[in-house]
Amino acid sequence: MNLTLHVWRQTGPDTNGTMERYEARDVSPDMSFLEMLDVVNEGLVEAGQMPIAFDHDCREGICGSCGMMINGVAHGPSKGTATCQLHMRTFEDGASVYIEPWRSRAFPVIKDLVVNRGALDRIIAAGGFISAQTGGAQDANNIPVAKQDSDDAMDAAACIGCGACVAACPNGSASLFTAAKISHLGALPQGQPERNRRAQRMVLQMDSEGFGHCTLYGECQEACPKEISIDTIARMNRDFVGSTVAAREEKALGGTG
Amino acid sequence: MNSLVAFYRSTIGKKILMAVSGLIGIGFVILHMAGNLQVFIGQNKINSYGAMLHGPLAEVTWLLRLVLIVAVIVHVLMAYQLTQRSAAARPIDYQHRSPQVSTLASRTMKWGGILLLVFIVVHILHFTTEAIDPAGWRGMTDSQGHRDVYGNIVASFRIWWVALFYIVAMLALGLHLYHGAWASVRTLGFAKPSPHPLHRRIALVVAAIVWLGFTLVPVGVIAGIIR
Ligand code: HEM
Ligand code: FES
Repeated sequence: MNLTLHVWRQTGPDTNGTMERYEARDVSPDMSFLEMLDVVNEGLVEAGQMPIAFDHDCREGICGSCGMMINGVAHGPSKGTATCQLHMRTFEDGASVYIEPWRSRAFPVIKDLVVNRGALDRIIAAGGFISAQTGGAQDANNIPVAKQDSDDAMDAAACIGCGACVAACPNGSASLFTAAKISHLGALPQGQPERNRRAQRMVLQMDSEGFGHCTLYGECQEACPKEISIDTIARMNRDFVGSTVAAREEKALGGTG
Repeated sequence: MNSLVAFYRSTIGKKILMAVSGLIGIGFVILHMAGNLQVFIGQNKINSYGAMLHGPLAEVTWLLRLVLIVAVIVHVLMAYQLTQRSAAARPIDYQHRSPQVSTLASRTMKWGGILLLVFIVVHILHFTTEAIDPAGWRGMTDSQGHRDVYGNIVASFRIWWVALFYIVAMLALGLHLYHGAWASVRTLGFAKPSPHPLHRRIALVVAAIVWLGFTLVPVGVIAGIIR
């Protein structure tokens, strides 16, 4: 199959970019989207041009690095798949394909389709962890976990931090990402001691990175390659309110607030 | 930082204030709609209802007004601040972006909300203070000596552009609530997890009832049922 690509090209973080047109010839329908770009890049290199820079690592939908906006849809038209697992057979022969980087103030473009998603790492660093004593590992079944809690935690833990939720959100909100991380730990017994502090710090970090707010459009859930539910956002909001109440109580008891 | 200040400054805190003030609004519009439907019973009924709100229940009415005024101010201020923040979150927009699942209702919250704000101001000036008086009904009373709300309704909605303005505004309200009644429960974290979190049956019913209940009045006048 043959495709016409319109790709965002930008040489560096501080330069202006443009959409450039490329013809992708003899694309196999069995290729992944990234393999198709590899072939286009080989042609560009042979012609002495700069290949299109895009981020990728695992190419099996687990690392979260391959995000791009394909025809206005984060990770392209297939539901529940990252770009690396998108097959070319989902496109019609002769189609035009528009490829743009994630657009967010918090995700500056590094080059072409590559953006810096460090803002998501800083949200994790603010509280997306469980502090544990070092030493020998605890016996596996020492802490009973209710089935529903472990399911909820596992569903939320599927987040690969790709940033598609931010990219697809009309508000550029990172609510689904932050909510997934808060839910993943907050649903488990091991996550309870730091639950309030986690919700408080992660939400404030999310805001300070310049992400937008949540209107509950639902676009994030649809774009998420791991199909994480917006129900996690309700949970995040509950935990955030809970953390505010807890801080008031602590203050009333003579703590630091 | 004080935790309440942090809460107020956060996007979630502001969104929760929007949801609470929005729910106060929903409670109010349902009561208001039920009150309005008394025009179908007759002139006496609605005029004496109006007289009761301004006479024996005046303190209650003022208390409600106070709550509503605060709710509207909070709602609009938070809407403004959040919209500004999110507009700044994507300085360079996509050349192509195709919305997948967001509803028309969710995408018109801002412009529909602005229309509702204009409507609220015009509506109060029209029926409460009678400063806007398209039908020339200011100061009219009925045979009981009550202010003639009924006559003003009938005379006003016989003017096509007044009726149209109200009908369009109520469409905007219905849309606003179709998203808002669903979203606010999630914003507040009350919603139970669901396999289909985007389904919104209760919100559809709330929006449809409110829209229909308000729209029946101008339509009733135009159809000659209320006269
Ligand atoms: C006065 C003019 C109004 C403006 C400017 C306005 C604006 C908005 C905006 C922009 C949103 C979406 C916020 C977001 O992006 O998340 C919203 C949500 C909402 N509005 Fe309004 N609105 C107005 C009046 C009303 C009225 C009269 C009601 C109720 C009868 C109402 C009920 C709601 C509810 C329930 C929500 C959902 C809150 C949430 O998502 O949690 N609004 N409004
Ligand atoms: S390359 Fe790892 S998720 Fe796509």
